Amino acid sequence: MTRRLRGFFLEIWLPVAVVGGWWFLSEDSTSPFFPPLRVIVDAFEANWVFERIGSDLLPSLQRFGLGLAIAAVAGIAVGTMLGLWTPVRRATAPVVDFLRSIPAPALISIMILLIGFDDKMKVSSIALASFFPVLLNTIDGVRGVEPQQLDMARAYKLSRRHRIFRIILPAATPQIFAGLRIALAVALLVMAFSEMFASTNGLGFFILFAQETYRIPDMWSGIIMLGLVGYAVNVVFLLVERRALRWHRGWRATARDAGGAA
Amino acid sequence: MQGLRGTALPVLGTVAFFALIELAVVTGVVAETSLPRPTSIAKALFELVQTGSFWGAVGNTMKGWALGLGLAIAAAVPIGIAVGSSQWLYRSVRFVVDFIRPIPSIALLPLFILVFGIDLQLKVYIIALGAFWPLFFQTMYGVQDVDPVARDTATAYRLGRFMRFFFLSLPGATPYIATGLRISASIALLLGVGTEMVVGLSGIGQDIFKAQYAGQPAHAFALIASSGLLGVAIAIGFNRLERRTLRWHPSQRRELPS
Repeated sequence: MTRRLRGFFLEIWLPVAVVGGWWFLSEDSTSPFFPPLRVIVDAFEANWVFERIGSDLLPSLQRFGLGLAIAAVAGIAVGTMLGLWTPVRRATAPVVDFLRSIPAPALISIMILLIGFDDKMKVSSIALASFFPVLLNTIDGVRGVEPQQLDMARAYKLSRRHRIFRIILPAATPQIFAGLRIALAVALLVMAFSEMFASTNGLGFFILFAQETYRIPDMWSGIIMLGLVGYAVNVVFLLVERRALRWHRGWRATARDAGGAA
Repeated sequence: MQGLRGTALPVLGTVAFFALIELAVVTGVVAETSLPRPTSIAKALFELVQTGSFWGAVGNTMKGWALGLGLAIAAAVPIGIAVGSSQWLYRSVRFVVDFIRPIPSIALLPLFILVFGIDLQLKVYIIALGAFWPLFFQTMYGVQDVDPVARDTATAYRLGRFMRFFFLSLPGATPYIATGLRISASIALLLGVGTEMVVGLSGIGQDIFKAQYAGQPAHAFALIASSGLLGVAIAIGFNRLERRTLRWHPSQRRELPS
Protein backbone atom coordinates (compact mmCIF):
# COMPACT_ATOMS: atom_id res chain seq x y z
CA MET A 1 0.00 0.00 0.00
CA THR A 2 2.73 2.44 0.92
CA ARG A 3 4.47 1.48 -2.27
CA ARG A 4 1.41 2.32 -4.31
CA LEU A 5 1.04 5.55 -2.41
CA ARG A 6 4.64 6.42 -3.13
CA GLY A 7 4.12 5.62 -6.77
CA PHE A 8 1.08 7.86 -6.82
CA PHE A 9 3.03 10.76 -5.31
CA LEU A 10 5.84 10.16 -7.76
CA GLU A 11 3.43 10.64 -10.65
CA ILE A 12 1.44 13.52 -9.20
CA TRP A 13 4.06 15.84 -7.71
CA LEU A 14 5.19 17.40 -10.98
CA PRO A 15 1.72 18.20 -12.39
CA VAL A 16 0.79 19.75 -9.05
CA ALA A 17 4.06 21.67 -8.98
CA VAL A 18 3.58 22.93 -12.54
CA VAL A 19 0.04 24.20 -11.96
CA GLY A 20 0.87 25.55 -8.50
CA GLY A 21 4.06 27.21 -9.76
CA TRP A 22 2.18 28.77 -12.65
CA TRP A 23 -0.51 30.04 -10.31
CA PHE A 24 1.83 31.66 -7.77
CA LEU A 25 4.54 32.88 -10.11
CA SER A 26 2.03 34.51 -12.45
CA GLU A 27 -0.01 36.04 -9.63
CA ASP A 28 1.70 39.44 -9.81
CA SER A 29 2.45 39.22 -13.51
CA THR A 30 2.08 42.50 -15.35
CA SER A 31 3.24 41.07 -18.67
CA PRO A 32 0.40 41.48 -21.15
CA PHE A 33 1.23 38.12 -22.77
CA PHE A 34 1.38 36.09 -19.57
CA PRO A 35 -1.55 37.16 -17.43
CA PRO A 36 -2.04 35.64 -13.95
CA LEU A 37 -3.46 32.12 -14.10
CA ARG A 38 -6.33 33.38 -11.95
CA VAL A 39 -7.36 35.74 -14.76
CA ILE A 40 -7.06 32.93 -17.32
CA VAL A 41 -9.26 30.68 -15.21
CA ASP A 42 -11.85 33.47 -15.00
CA ALA A 43 -11.71 33.89 -18.77
CA PHE A 44 -12.04 30.14 -19.18
CA GLU A 45 -15.14 30.12 -17.06
CA ALA A 46 -16.62 33.07 -18.91
CA ASN A 47 -16.00 31.51 -22.33
CA TRP A 48 -16.42 27.82 -21.88
CA VAL A 49 -19.04 27.51 -19.12
CA PHE A 50 -21.02 27.34 -21.40
CA GLU A 51 -21.11 30.45 -23.52
CA ARG A 52 -19.05 29.31 -26.48
CA ILE A 53 -19.55 25.57 -26.29
CA GLY A 54 -22.23 25.73 -28.97
CA SER A 55 -20.69 28.50 -31.07
CA ASP A 56 -17.04 27.38 -31.19
CA LEU A 57 -16.41 24.04 -29.52
CA LEU A 58 -19.16 22.01 -31.15
CA PRO A 59 -18.42 23.17 -34.71
CA SER A 60 -14.78 22.20 -34.18
CA LEU A 61 -15.66 18.79 -32.78
CA GLN A 62 -18.12 18.20 -35.60
CA ARG A 63 -15.55 18.94 -38.29
CA PHE A 64 -12.96 16.87 -36.49
CA GLY A 65 -15.26 13.88 -35.93
CA LEU A 66 -16.76 13.88 -39.39
CA GLY A 67 -13.40 14.31 -41.12
CA LEU A 68 -11.80 11.57 -39.07
CA ALA A 69 -14.73 9.21 -39.62
CA ILE A 70 -14.57 9.69 -43.39
CA ALA A 71 -10.80 9.15 -43.33
CA ALA A 72 -11.18 5.98 -41.25
CA VAL A 73 -13.85 4.40 -43.44
CA ALA A 74 -12.19 5.39 -46.73
CA GLY A 75 -8.69 4.54 -45.49
CA ILE A 76 -9.66 1.08 -44.28
CA ALA A 77 -11.72 0.29 -47.40
CA VAL A 78 -9.16 1.50 -49.93
CA GLY A 79 -6.29 0.14 -47.85
CA THR A 80 -7.83 -3.34 -47.76
CA MET A 81 -8.36 -3.23 -51.50
CA LEU A 82 -4.80 -2.09 -52.23
CA GLY A 83 -3.37 -4.52 -49.71
CA LEU A 84 -5.04 -7.47 -51.40
CA TRP A 85 -4.60 -6.33 -54.96
CA THR A 86 -0.90 -6.11 -55.66
CA PRO A 87 -0.93 -4.76 -59.26
CA VAL A 88 -3.18 -1.85 -58.31
CA ARG A 89 -1.10 -1.14 -55.23
CA ARG A 90 2.08 -0.98 -57.29
CA ALA A 91 0.42 1.14 -59.95
CA THR A 92 -0.84 3.70 -57.45
CA ALA A 93 2.24 3.71 -55.19
CA PRO A 94 3.98 6.78 -56.71
CA VAL A 95 0.81 8.89 -56.67
CA VAL A 96 0.03 7.87 -53.08
CA ASP A 97 3.59 8.58 -51.98
CA PHE A 98 3.49 11.98 -53.61
CA LEU A 99 0.08 13.00 -52.26
CA ARG A 100 0.88 11.95 -48.72
CA SER A 101 4.09 13.97 -48.78
CA ILE A 102 2.24 17.22 -49.44
CA PRO A 103 2.29 19.13 -46.13
CA ALA A 104 -1.24 19.05 -44.70
CA PRO A 105 -1.75 22.86 -44.68
CA ALA A 106 -1.14 22.86 -48.45
CA LEU A 107 -3.95 20.30 -48.71
CA ILE A 108 -6.21 22.91 -47.11
CA SER A 109 -5.26 25.23 -49.95
CA ILE A 110 -6.23 22.57 -52.49
CA MET A 111 -9.59 22.16 -50.81
CA ILE A 112 -10.18 25.91 -50.75
CA LEU A 113 -9.56 26.01 -54.50
CA LEU A 114 -11.73 22.96 -55.12
CA ILE A 115 -14.60 23.60 -52.74
CA GLY A 116 -14.49 27.12 -51.33
CA PHE A 117 -14.50 28.38 -47.78
CA ASP A 118 -17.39 26.56 -46.16
CA ASP A 119 -17.52 23.71 -43.69
CA LYS A 120 -17.26 21.10 -46.43
CA MET A 121 -13.79 22.42 -47.19
CA LYS A 122 -12.65 21.96 -43.59
CA VAL A 123 -14.13 18.49 -43.27
CA SER A 124 -12.56 17.42 -46.59
CA SER A 125 -9.17 18.81 -45.59
CA ILE A 126 -9.27 16.94 -42.30
CA ALA A 127 -10.46 13.78 -44.05
CA LEU A 128 -7.86 13.94 -46.82
CA ALA A 129 -4.92 14.64 -44.49
CA SER A 130 -5.82 11.91 -41.99
CA PHE A 131 -6.73 9.46 -44.78
CA PHE A 132 -3.11 8.65 -45.60
CA PRO A 133 -1.93 7.29 -42.22
CA VAL A 134 -4.99 5.02 -42.09
CA LEU A 135 -4.47 3.92 -45.69
CA LEU A 136 -0.80 3.06 -45.34
CA ASN A 137 -1.21 1.23 -42.04
CA THR A 138 -4.18 -0.75 -43.36
CA ILE A 139 -2.15 -1.81 -46.41
CA ASP A 140 0.68 -2.95 -44.14
CA GLY A 141 -1.71 -4.73 -41.79
CA VAL A 142 -3.52 -6.53 -44.59
CA ARG A 143 -0.26 -7.61 -46.18
CA GLY A 144 1.06 -8.81 -42.84
CA VAL A 145 -1.65 -11.42 -42.26
CA GLU A 146 -0.15 -14.82 -41.44
CA PRO A 147 -0.01 -16.84 -44.65
CA GLN A 148 -1.04 -19.96 -42.71
CA GLN A 149 -4.33 -18.33 -41.77
CA LEU A 150 -5.00 -17.53 -45.40
CA ASP A 151 -4.12 -21.09 -46.45
CA MET A 152 -6.46 -22.38 -43.82
CA ALA A 153 -9.24 -20.08 -45.08
CA ARG A 154 -8.65 -21.37 -48.57
CA ALA A 155 -8.65 -24.97 -47.41
CA TYR A 156 -12.00 -24.42 -45.72
CA LYS A 157 -13.22 -22.72 -48.88
CA LEU A 158 -14.30 -19.56 -47.09
CA SER A 159 -15.97 -17.05 -49.36
CA ARG A 160 -14.09 -13.86 -50.20
CA ARG A 161 -16.38 -11.87 -47.93
CA HIS A 162 -15.73 -14.17 -45.01
CA ARG A 163 -12.03 -14.13 -45.72
CA ILE A 164 -11.92 -10.34 -45.60
CA PHE A 165 -14.22 -9.77 -42.63
CA ARG A 166 -13.35 -12.79 -40.49
CA ILE A 167 -9.64 -13.23 -41.12
CA ILE A 168 -7.89 -10.36 -42.86
CA LEU A 169 -9.47 -7.34 -41.20
CA PRO A 170 -9.31 -8.71 -37.63
CA ALA A 171 -5.67 -9.66 -38.15
CA ALA A 172 -4.94 -6.16 -39.46
CA THR A 173 -6.78 -4.39 -36.63
CA PRO A 174 -3.75 -3.63 -34.42
CA GLN A 175 -1.97 -2.00 -37.34
CA ILE A 176 -5.13 -0.15 -38.39
CA PHE A 177 -5.41 1.30 -34.90
CA ALA A 178 -1.81 2.42 -35.06
CA GLY A 179 -2.76 4.32 -38.21
CA LEU A 180 -5.90 5.74 -36.64
CA ARG A 181 -3.86 7.04 -33.75
CA ILE A 182 -1.66 9.05 -36.09
CA ALA A 183 -4.76 10.12 -38.03
CA LEU A 184 -6.26 11.45 -34.81
CA ALA A 185 -3.33 13.80 -34.21
CA VAL A 186 -3.29 14.88 -37.86
CA ALA A 187 -7.03 15.55 -37.83
CA LEU A 188 -6.72 17.74 -34.75
CA LEU A 189 -3.86 19.68 -36.29
CA VAL A 190 -5.63 20.24 -39.60
CA MET A 191 -8.81 21.21 -37.77
CA ALA A 192 -6.98 23.95 -35.89
CA PHE A 193 -5.07 25.05 -38.99
CA SER A 194 -8.12 25.24 -41.23
CA GLU A 195 -9.99 27.25 -38.63
CA MET A 196 -7.14 29.69 -38.18
CA PHE A 197 -6.78 29.95 -41.92
CA ALA A 198 -10.32 30.32 -43.20
CA SER A 199 -13.13 30.32 -40.68
CA THR A 200 -15.46 32.48 -38.66
CA ASN A 201 -15.92 30.07 -35.79
CA GLY A 202 -14.25 27.11 -34.11
CA LEU A 203 -11.44 26.73 -31.60
CA GLY A 204 -8.65 27.62 -34.02
CA PHE A 205 -10.48 30.74 -35.12
CA PHE A 206 -11.26 31.71 -31.53
CA ILE A 207 -7.64 31.50 -30.38
CA LEU A 208 -6.20 33.43 -33.30
CA PHE A 209 -8.97 36.02 -33.29
CA ALA A 210 -8.61 36.60 -29.55
CA GLN A 211 -4.90 37.22 -30.10
CA GLU A 212 -5.52 39.56 -33.03
CA THR A 213 -7.98 41.59 -30.98
CA TYR A 214 -5.61 41.52 -28.02
CA ARG A 215 -7.89 39.59 -25.66
CA ILE A 216 -4.99 37.65 -24.18
CA PRO A 217 -6.77 35.83 -21.32
CA ASP A 218 -9.39 34.67 -23.85
CA MET A 219 -6.62 33.41 -26.09
CA TRP A 220 -5.10 31.46 -23.20
CA SER A 221 -8.48 30.00 -22.32
CA GLY A 222 -8.85 28.82 -25.93
CA ILE A 223 -5.40 27.23 -25.90
CA ILE A 224 -6.28 25.39 -22.69
CA MET A 225 -9.61 24.29 -24.18
CA LEU A 226 -7.84 22.96 -27.27
CA GLY A 227 -5.44 21.11 -24.97
CA LEU A 228 -8.32 19.58 -23.05
CA VAL A 229 -9.99 18.53 -26.30
CA GLY A 230 -6.76 16.94 -27.49
CA TYR A 231 -6.35 15.09 -24.21
CA ALA A 232 -9.99 13.98 -24.12
CA VAL A 233 -10.12 12.59 -27.66
CA ASN A 234 -6.92 10.69 -26.95
CA VAL A 235 -8.38 9.15 -23.83
CA VAL A 236 -11.54 8.15 -25.71
CA PHE A 237 -9.45 6.69 -28.48
CA LEU A 238 -7.38 4.62 -26.06
CA LEU A 239 -10.54 3.24 -24.48
CA VAL A 240 -11.96 2.27 -27.87
CA GLU A 241 -8.64 0.76 -28.89
CA ARG A 242 -8.35 -1.26 -25.71
CA ARG A 243 -11.84 -2.61 -26.20
CA ALA A 244 -11.35 -3.42 -29.86
CA LEU A 245 -8.02 -5.09 -29.27
CA ARG A 246 -8.96 -6.94 -26.10
CA TRP A 247 -8.93 -10.27 -27.91
CA HIS A 248 -5.59 -9.40 -29.43
CA ARG A 249 -3.92 -8.64 -26.12
CA GLY A 250 -5.38 -11.76 -24.57
CA TRP A 251 -4.26 -13.80 -27.52
CA ARG A 252 -0.76 -12.39 -27.36
CA ALA A 253 -0.50 -12.99 -23.64
CA THR A 254 -1.58 -16.63 -24.04
CA ALA A 255 0.77 -17.12 -26.95
CA ARG A 256 3.61 -15.78 -24.85
CA ASP A 257 2.76 -17.97 -21.89
CA ALA A 258 2.46 -21.03 -24.08
CA GLY A 259 5.79 -20.20 -25.66
CA GLY A 260 7.36 -19.85 -22.24
CA ALA A 261 5.93 -23.17 -21.10
CA ALA A 262 7.12 -25.01 -24.18
CA MET B 1 13.69 -7.42 -67.95
CA GLN B 2 12.63 -7.89 -64.38
CA GLY B 3 13.46 -4.26 -63.63
CA LEU B 4 11.60 -3.04 -66.66
CA ARG B 5 8.51 -4.96 -65.67
CA GLY B 6 9.00 -3.61 -62.16
CA THR B 7 8.75 0.03 -63.21
CA ALA B 8 6.11 -0.37 -65.93
CA LEU B 9 3.16 -0.59 -63.54
CA PRO B 10 3.98 2.44 -61.36
CA VAL B 11 4.73 4.57 -64.42
CA LEU B 12 1.54 3.44 -66.11
CA GLY B 13 -0.50 4.10 -62.98
CA THR B 14 0.93 7.58 -62.53
CA VAL B 15 0.34 8.51 -66.17
CA ALA B 16 -3.20 7.14 -65.97
CA PHE B 17 -3.89 9.17 -62.82
CA PHE B 18 -2.89 12.48 -64.36
CA ALA B 19 -4.53 11.62 -67.69
CA LEU B 20 -7.81 10.98 -65.86
CA ILE B 21 -7.68 14.36 -64.14
CA GLU B 22 -6.80 16.05 -67.42
CA LEU B 23 -9.77 14.35 -69.05
CA ALA B 24 -12.09 15.35 -66.22
CA VAL B 25 -11.09 19.00 -66.60
CA VAL B 26 -11.15 19.03 -70.39
CA THR B 27 -14.61 17.47 -70.53
CA GLY B 28 -15.82 19.94 -67.92
CA VAL B 29 -16.61 17.46 -65.14
CA VAL B 30 -14.43 19.63 -62.91
CA ALA B 31 -14.21 23.39 -63.47
CA GLU B 32 -10.83 24.58 -64.64
CA THR B 33 -10.98 27.49 -62.23
CA SER B 34 -10.93 25.13 -59.24
CA LEU B 35 -8.74 22.34 -60.60
CA PRO B 36 -6.32 23.31 -63.37
CA ARG B 37 -5.24 20.71 -65.92
CA PRO B 38 -2.17 18.73 -64.91
CA THR B 39 -0.48 19.94 -68.09
CA SER B 40 -1.05 23.59 -67.09
CA ILE B 41 0.26 22.81 -63.60
CA ALA B 42 3.35 21.20 -65.12
CA LYS B 43 3.83 24.24 -67.34
CA ALA B 44 3.45 26.60 -64.37
CA LEU B 45 5.93 24.51 -62.38
CA PHE B 46 8.37 24.57 -65.27
CA GLU B 47 8.16 28.37 -65.44
CA LEU B 48 8.37 28.63 -61.68
CA VAL B 49 11.66 26.76 -61.30
CA GLN B 50 13.29 29.25 -63.64
CA THR B 51 12.53 32.17 -61.36
CA GLY B 52 14.75 33.31 -58.53
CA SER B 53 11.84 34.15 -56.26
CA PHE B 54 10.73 30.51 -56.23
CA TRP B 55 14.13 29.32 -55.07
CA GLY B 56 14.20 32.13 -52.55
CA ALA B 57 10.92 30.86 -51.13
CA VAL B 58 12.21 27.29 -51.07
CA GLY B 59 15.34 28.53 -49.32
CA ASN B 60 13.31 30.40 -46.70
CA THR B 61 11.12 27.39 -46.02
CA MET B 62 14.10 25.08 -45.73
CA LYS B 63 15.98 27.52 -43.51
CA GLY B 64 13.13 27.51 -41.00
CA TRP B 65 12.85 23.74 -41.36
CA ALA B 66 16.55 23.14 -40.69
CA LEU B 67 16.81 25.54 -37.75
CA GLY B 68 13.60 24.27 -36.14
CA LEU B 69 14.53 20.63 -36.60
CA GLY B 70 18.03 21.31 -35.29
CA LEU B 71 16.63 22.96 -32.20
CA ALA B 72 14.25 20.04 -31.68
CA ILE B 73 17.10 17.53 -31.94
CA ALA B 74 19.28 19.51 -29.54
CA ALA B 75 16.48 19.51 -26.95
CA ALA B 76 14.71 16.18 -27.52
CA VAL B 77 17.66 13.79 -27.66
CA PRO B 78 19.34 14.76 -24.35
CA ILE B 79 16.01 15.09 -22.54
CA GLY B 80 14.79 11.81 -24.02
CA ILE B 81 17.95 10.02 -22.90
CA ALA B 82 17.70 11.52 -19.40
CA VAL B 83 14.03 10.60 -18.95
CA GLY B 84 14.50 7.20 -20.55
CA SER B 85 17.35 6.21 -18.28
CA SER B 86 15.78 7.27 -14.98
CA GLN B 87 12.73 5.48 -13.69
CA TRP B 88 12.16 8.31 -11.22
CA LEU B 89 12.20 11.00 -13.90
CA TYR B 90 10.08 8.92 -16.23
CA ARG B 91 7.29 8.44 -13.73
CA SER B 92 7.47 12.05 -12.60
CA VAL B 93 7.02 13.57 -16.04
CA ARG B 94 4.66 10.95 -17.44
CA PHE B 95 1.43 12.70 -16.60
CA VAL B 96 2.56 16.14 -17.70
CA VAL B 97 3.88 14.75 -20.97
CA ASP B 98 0.72 12.74 -21.63
CA PHE B 99 -1.28 15.89 -21.16
CA ILE B 100 0.85 18.19 -23.28
CA ARG B 101 1.54 15.83 -26.16
CA PRO B 102 -1.94 15.76 -27.75
CA ILE B 103 -2.09 19.56 -27.92
CA PRO B 104 -1.38 20.49 -31.53
CA SER B 105 1.67 22.74 -31.48
CA ILE B 106 -0.02 25.40 -33.59
CA ALA B 107 -2.40 25.98 -30.69
CA LEU B 108 0.48 28.04 -29.34
CA LEU B 109 0.91 29.95 -32.61
CA PRO B 110 -1.06 33.01 -31.43
CA LEU B 111 0.99 33.17 -28.22
CA PHE B 112 4.23 32.80 -30.15
CA ILE B 113 3.16 35.62 -32.48
CA LEU B 114 2.91 37.87 -29.43
CA VAL B 115 6.20 36.76 -27.92
CA PHE B 116 8.40 36.47 -31.00
CA GLY B 117 6.65 38.75 -33.48
CA ILE B 118 6.09 37.75 -37.10
CA ASP B 119 9.59 36.72 -37.78
CA LEU B 120 11.76 33.74 -38.71
CA GLN B 121 12.06 33.02 -34.98
CA LEU B 122 8.33 32.36 -34.78
CA LYS B 123 8.51 29.72 -37.49
CA VAL B 124 11.59 28.12 -35.95
CA TYR B 125 10.04 27.79 -32.50
CA ILE B 126 6.72 26.44 -33.79
CA ILE B 127 8.61 23.84 -35.83
CA ALA B 128 10.88 22.98 -32.92
CA LEU B 129 7.93 22.52 -30.61
CA GLY B 130 6.08 20.22 -33.00
CA ALA B 131 9.17 18.25 -34.03
CA PHE B 132 10.24 17.81 -30.40
CA TRP B 133 7.66 15.18 -29.44
CA PRO B 134 8.25 12.30 -31.87
CA LEU B 135 11.99 12.62 -31.32
CA PHE B 136 11.61 12.79 -27.56
CA PHE B 137 9.38 9.71 -27.39
CA GLN B 138 11.49 7.68 -29.76
CA THR B 139 14.68 8.53 -27.88
CA MET B 140 13.07 7.68 -24.56
CA TYR B 141 11.71 4.34 -25.81
CA GLY B 142 15.05 3.60 -27.44
CA VAL B 143 16.95 4.06 -24.18
CA GLN B 144 14.39 2.01 -22.27
CA ASP B 145 14.57 -0.75 -24.83
CA VAL B 146 18.31 -1.39 -24.75
CA ASP B 147 19.14 -5.07 -25.23
CA PRO B 148 19.07 -6.65 -21.74
CA VAL B 149 22.06 -8.86 -22.53
CA ALA B 150 24.10 -5.81 -23.46
CA ARG B 151 22.94 -4.08 -20.30
CA ASP B 152 23.92 -7.04 -18.14
CA THR B 153 27.26 -7.21 -19.90
CA ALA B 154 27.86 -3.53 -19.19
CA THR B 155 26.98 -4.13 -15.55
CA ALA B 156 29.25 -7.16 -15.37
CA TYR B 157 32.11 -5.14 -16.80
CA ARG B 158 31.28 -2.36 -14.37
CA LEU B 159 31.16 0.31 -17.04
CA GLY B 160 30.92 3.78 -15.55
CA ARG B 161 28.06 6.15 -16.16
CA PHE B 162 29.93 7.89 -18.96
CA MET B 163 30.94 4.68 -20.73
CA ARG B 164 27.46 3.26 -20.33
CA PHE B 165 26.03 6.31 -22.02
CA PHE B 166 28.34 6.22 -25.03
CA PHE B 167 28.64 2.48 -25.52
CA LEU B 168 25.26 1.24 -24.36
CA SER B 169 22.42 3.78 -24.30
CA LEU B 170 23.33 5.89 -27.31
CA PRO B 171 24.02 3.07 -29.81
CA GLY B 172 21.00 1.16 -28.54
CA ALA B 173 18.75 4.16 -29.01
CA THR B 174 20.18 5.27 -32.37
CA PRO B 175 17.72 3.36 -34.60
CA TYR B 176 14.82 4.71 -32.58
CA ILE B 177 16.18 8.23 -32.80
CA ALA B 178 16.49 7.80 -36.57
CA THR B 179 12.82 6.81 -36.77
CA GLY B 180 11.88 9.81 -34.64
CA LEU B 181 13.97 12.02 -36.87
CA ARG B 182 12.14 10.82 -39.98
CA ILE B 183 8.74 11.59 -38.42
CA SER B 184 9.90 14.93 -37.02
CA ALA B 185 11.40 15.99 -40.34
CA SER B 186 8.01 15.69 -42.08
CA ILE B 187 6.20 17.40 -39.23
CA ALA B 188 8.74 20.23 -39.39
CA LEU B 189 7.98 20.83 -43.07
CA LEU B 190 4.25 20.69 -42.40
CA LEU B 191 4.43 23.26 -39.60
CA GLY B 192 6.80 25.49 -41.53
CA VAL B 193 4.54 25.67 -44.59
CA GLY B 194 1.47 26.01 -42.38
CA THR B 195 2.92 28.86 -40.33
CA GLU B 196 3.93 30.67 -43.50
CA MET B 197 0.37 30.36 -44.76
CA VAL B 198 -1.37 31.53 -41.61
CA VAL B 199 0.82 34.45 -40.55
CA GLY B 200 2.37 35.35 -43.90
CA LEU B 201 6.05 34.61 -43.46
CA SER B 202 8.09 34.39 -46.64
CA GLY B 203 8.39 30.87 -47.98
CA ILE B 204 6.46 28.39 -50.09
CA GLY B 205 3.44 28.52 -47.79
CA GLN B 206 3.02 32.25 -48.26
CA ASP B 207 3.45 31.93 -52.01
CA ILE B 208 0.72 29.27 -52.13
CA PHE B 209 -1.55 31.60 -50.21
CA LYS B 210 -0.79 34.54 -52.50
CA ALA B 211 -1.27 32.55 -55.71
CA GLN B 212 -4.54 31.19 -54.43
CA TYR B 213 -5.90 34.64 -53.63
CA ALA B 214 -4.55 36.15 -56.83
CA GLY B 215 -6.76 33.72 -58.74
CA GLN B 216 -3.87 31.77 -60.25
CA PRO B 217 -4.87 28.19 -59.48
CA ALA B 218 -2.28 26.64 -61.83
CA HIS B 219 0.41 28.62 -60.06
CA ALA B 220 -0.95 27.63 -56.64
CA PHE B 221 -1.09 23.97 -57.58
CA ALA B 222 2.43 24.09 -58.97
CA LEU B 223 3.64 25.49 -55.64
CA ILE B 224 1.67 22.88 -53.71
CA ALA B 225 3.21 20.19 -55.92
CA SER B 226 6.67 21.56 -55.22
CA SER B 227 5.99 21.44 -51.48
CA GLY B 228 4.96 17.81 -52.01
CA LEU B 229 8.23 17.15 -53.86
CA LEU B 230 10.15 18.69 -50.97
CA GLY B 231 8.23 16.34 -48.68
CA VAL B 232 9.14 13.36 -50.86
CA ALA B 233 12.81 14.38 -50.86
CA ILE B 234 12.84 14.70 -47.08
CA ALA B 235 11.06 11.36 -46.64
CA ILE B 236 13.48 9.55 -48.96
CA GLY B 237 16.53 11.14 -47.32
CA PHE B 238 15.51 10.28 -43.78
CA ASN B 239 14.33 6.81 -44.78
CA ARG B 240 17.82 6.10 -46.07
CA LEU B 241 19.33 7.42 -42.87
CA GLU B 242 16.99 5.26 -40.83
CA ARG B 243 17.83 2.12 -42.76
CA ARG B 244 21.51 2.88 -42.41
CA THR B 245 21.37 3.15 -38.65
CA LEU B 246 19.27 -0.01 -38.51
CA ARG B 247 21.64 -2.13 -40.54
CA TRP B 248 23.11 -3.89 -37.53
CA HIS B 249 19.82 -4.11 -35.65
CA PRO B 250 18.27 -7.57 -35.04
CA SER B 251 14.94 -6.42 -36.51
CA GLN B 252 16.67 -5.88 -39.85
CA ARG B 253 18.60 -9.11 -39.71
CA ARG B 254 15.55 -11.19 -39.03
CA GLU B 255 13.58 -9.64 -41.83
CA LEU B 256 12.95 -12.02 -44.68
CA PRO B 257 12.28 -10.87 -48.21
CA SER B 258 8.58 -11.26 -48.85
